[in-house]
Amino acid sequence: MPEPLLDITGLTRTFGGGRSLLGIPKPGVHAVQRVDLQVARGETLGIVGESGCGKSTLARMLVGLDTPSGGEIRFAGEDLQAMRRLDRHALSRRIQYVFQDPLSSLNPRMRIRDILAAPLKHLRGLSGRALDARIAELLEVVNLRPEFVSRYPHEFSGGQAQRIGIARALAAEPDVLVLDEPVSALDVSVQAQVLKLLRRLKAEFDLTYLFISHDLSVVETISQRIAVMYFGRVVEEAPARRLFSQPAHPYTRLLLSSAPVPGGPPITAESTAAELPDPLDPPPGCAFAPRCPKARDACRQAPPPLEALSGGGHRAACLYPERGAWQASASTTATPGAS
Amino acid sequence: MMAFLKLLARNRLAAFGGILLLALVLLALITPLLPLLEPNATNPANRLQPPLSDGHWLGTDQLGRDILSRLLWGLRVSLAVGIAASLVAALIGSTIGLVAGYFGGRTDNTLMRGIDMLMAFPYILLALAIVAVLGPGLMNALYAIAIVNIPFFARNIRGATVSIAHREFVDAARLSGKGDLRILVSEILPNVLPVIVITLSTTVGWMILETAGLSFLGLGAQPPQADLGSMLGEGRRMIINAPHVATLPGLAIFLLVMSINLLGDGVRDALDPRLKSGALSRPAPMTRLRRRQHVKVDDVVRVPGQASALLEVDDLHTDFEVGRETYRAVNGVSFSLKPNECLGLVGESGSGKSVTALSLLGLVASPPGVISGGHVHFQGRDLLDLGIRELRRVRGNQVAYVFQDPLSTLHPLIKVGDQLIEALRTHQPLSRQAAHQRAVELLGQVRIPNPERRASQYPHELSGGMRQRVGIAMALANDPQLIIADEPTTALDVTVQAQILTLLKRLREAQGTSVLFITHDFGVVSQVCDRVAVMYAGRIVEVGPTQELLANPRHPYTRRLIDCVPRLGDPDHEPAAIPGLPPAANALPSGCAFADRCDLVEPRCREGEIALIASDGERQVRCIKPLANRTTTGAAHA
Repeated sequence: MPEPLLDITGLTRTFGGGRSLLGIPKPGVHAVQRVDLQVARGETLGIVGESGCGKSTLARMLVGLDTPSGGEIRFAGEDLQAMRRLDRHALSRRIQYVFQDPLSSLNPRMRIRDILAAPLKHLRGLSGRALDARIAELLEVVNLRPEFVSRYPHEFSGGQAQRIGIARALAAEPDVLVLDEPVSALDVSVQAQVLKLLRRLKAEFDLTYLFISHDLSVVETISQRIAVMYFGRVVEEAPARRLFSQPAHPYTRLLLSSAPVPGGPPITAESTAAELPDPLDPPPGCAFAPRCPKARDACRQAPPPLEALSGGGHRAACLYPERGAWQASASTTATPGAS
Repeated sequence: MMAFLKLLARNRLAAFGGILLLALVLLALITPLLPLLEPNATNPANRLQPPLSDGHWLGTDQLGRDILSRLLWGLRVSLAVGIAASLVAALIGSTIGLVAGYFGGRTDNTLMRGIDMLMAFPYILLALAIVAVLGPGLMNALYAIAIVNIPFFARNIRGATVSIAHREFVDAARLSGKGDLRILVSEILPNVLPVIVITLSTTVGWMILETAGLSFLGLGAQPPQADLGSMLGEGRRMIINAPHVATLPGLAIFLLVMSINLLGDGVRDALDPRLKSGALSRPAPMTRLRRRQHVKVDDVVRVPGQASALLEVDDLHTDFEVGRETYRAVNGVSFSLKPNECLGLVGESGSGKSVTALSLLGLVASPPGVISGGHVHFQGRDLLDLGIRELRRVRGNQVAYVFQDPLSTLHPLIKVGDQLIEALRTHQPLSRQAAHQRAVELLGQVRIPNPERRASQYPHELSGGMRQRVGIAMALANDPQLIIADEPTTALDVTVQAQILTLLKRLREAQGTSVLFITHDFGVVSQVCDRVAVMYAGRIVEVGPTQELLANPRHPYTRRLIDCVPRLGDPDHEPAAIPGLPPAANALPSGCAFADRCDLVEPRCREGEIALIASDGERQVRCIKPLANRTTTGAAHA
């Protein structure tokens, strides 16, 4: 693998914690724990996980909205934190963010023109006619009509608002876009439009995506590689097709078999109530062990490391990874001829 | 701005206050131009003249000064001091509030503890202390009153700022390269400005009173300067033999403050977004029913097969009347549900699926909702014709709802067990103890581990999945014949959703309950529903058995909607977007509502209403040329 564009090593974020005045350690929530990920230029890395798995915290650290408690993020070899200290705009020029809720990420009292002008002025130093020209260009890129510049956010539908959010991120001319559930708040028909746009933009501007979602099927259609997170850690990482055809971690298998597919096989559910471990008092071993049908004593001793499995770039944090193909897939469903 | 003035003018009291205040302000402004007597010219020979005496319309005071002239000059002073003090307090207080709310943490702590200390003093004592240090005088009184009122602004503005500082658009501004100062001024200030204006409009009156109070005590305006408060103070000594000297300034203060407060309340109501959306108008206990004549497009849709229907909805129309616009959310929906059947109602947001579900038991908020036509036959009667007392007996009893977000439908301050007991005892003559026992049983039935302990917990102590189980337990409490589940798993994680869907399936098999399942997710539909009705623009466009409908949709909209959805395990299937947007509910086109987005559209699609027609087997479709079965090369037309 050539030098990755983004190299994340041992990234950790703990909320709270530290010691009180009397030196008694306070409980801390480990939102992200020792995450290692590499993203190559031009790649789309999907990050999947359920609520509370730390995927959004990870995203916020990448764009500088949050500061890691430990570990480092390197962008093309440069340390991100050092980069931020030298120039607070340097990071925003390289990595941008698209929010989940398109409407709440747009200031209700600002016109679209002012929203799009902010990154152009502050990050790219544009003004006057060049600024106006660039705004018009950005709107065109995301398929919005030029007269929208003088409107307010509440006049837009969810899909249009998300396009504006994407245009704002592109205004900074970044190399990497971190997309945090960018289509989750949208209707399926609009979701498909936005996904199509994202695909086109990636090719057009040579972008690298980090696509975060709880929706496996959306991540599958857009990503080349996928990392599955559970309780603050990456539990499995593999090329997209491989992850869906031969998932190794029991949690990934659970996710896949829980997702209802139109016309697909019946889903299977865990028999006992699925509860995440207490984040203030995490278990010493694998966080998934209490829910895992294959857990043994060794699983409860220490968190299993993310180790390479046979087969290109497949890693799983499991002592007893599943092997072989995953049985249920859409190829057996009753919806033929849709390709 | 125009909308704001219009709203303000609609509030009669506020308009009255506004006009009165305008008159008073105008009067104060033109006072120097009026042919008035010199306000400070004394004339002891003419002292204490009653009102309407010669040359002195309102009489004279103890020094023989003209009261009318002093009143108008005093009004000027009081208004100026009150408004100036408010502006000073607003400026300093809002700045403190903005900074404290935005930066939070230590800054917030330091600033707000200072404000708390300021508030801990009785305000009049504080004002007195300030005047004592600075010496009496109008300017010093102004400072004192401004300082005393800073906490009021600081606290209000801080609250508003805190709620905005964590919104996503502030993060977005930061990523756009804006610094803190710029974010405060250009992003946050415009959003808290209404709060500042509201606070200002409700405090000006109070400030004028306080100024008058200080002057009354002799600490504000110094003689001989006229000021409403000092006039009142001087007149007080002659209240028995010359009541008009004190009464007239008192009346002036009353009118001034009342007009400001009436206007201030109006401004608050017009600016407050919560009040604007009608949060104060109490919704009726059931949706208003006002049947209008609708052209009936569909015949009554009979249940396929022999069994008689449990629920038969016939040509249901629900409108939202907002201002002069009528939004037709549900526009002639007919369907039926067999006993022990699960019917899925599928559609995108705005398709009318939830409004349909809520209309069945009159749960659409009125105003603005109106059921403008149709019938809901359930167990031999029309639910729409029931009075509120009879309807209450059906709600949560024979027909129960499960909502999307259990956190907002469960009462946060009541233990889940007690909420279940309430649901049980509303419809069944149970003792508290028996009801408790049944509640625990129900929690066990929805597979909540350790139900006895869970019953005594509050909703926030349960996870999202557990809360939804409680919601389902509550729906099951009175053995309903029909459960209406409105996106019950949309807010849940996929592994939890799997459990809830399995639970619903199992309960349906065990209890024989019918379910109307509202969702936007074809995957979920495919798991739980026997039949599916697809909605678009307030109408059902296609109905049929689930697997058949999913495999071979007949309506172009259904097919394109299914093709939009990415399919797990099939990454080569690129979701095909549907161009355009659904029509607005207040401007539905004639003919097929999907025509503008359909690639198979013909002129006759737009000519007149299109009925739901039987296509094949148990299937019906609202299309003049339904699609044939899918083939490997793509779909051909029928």
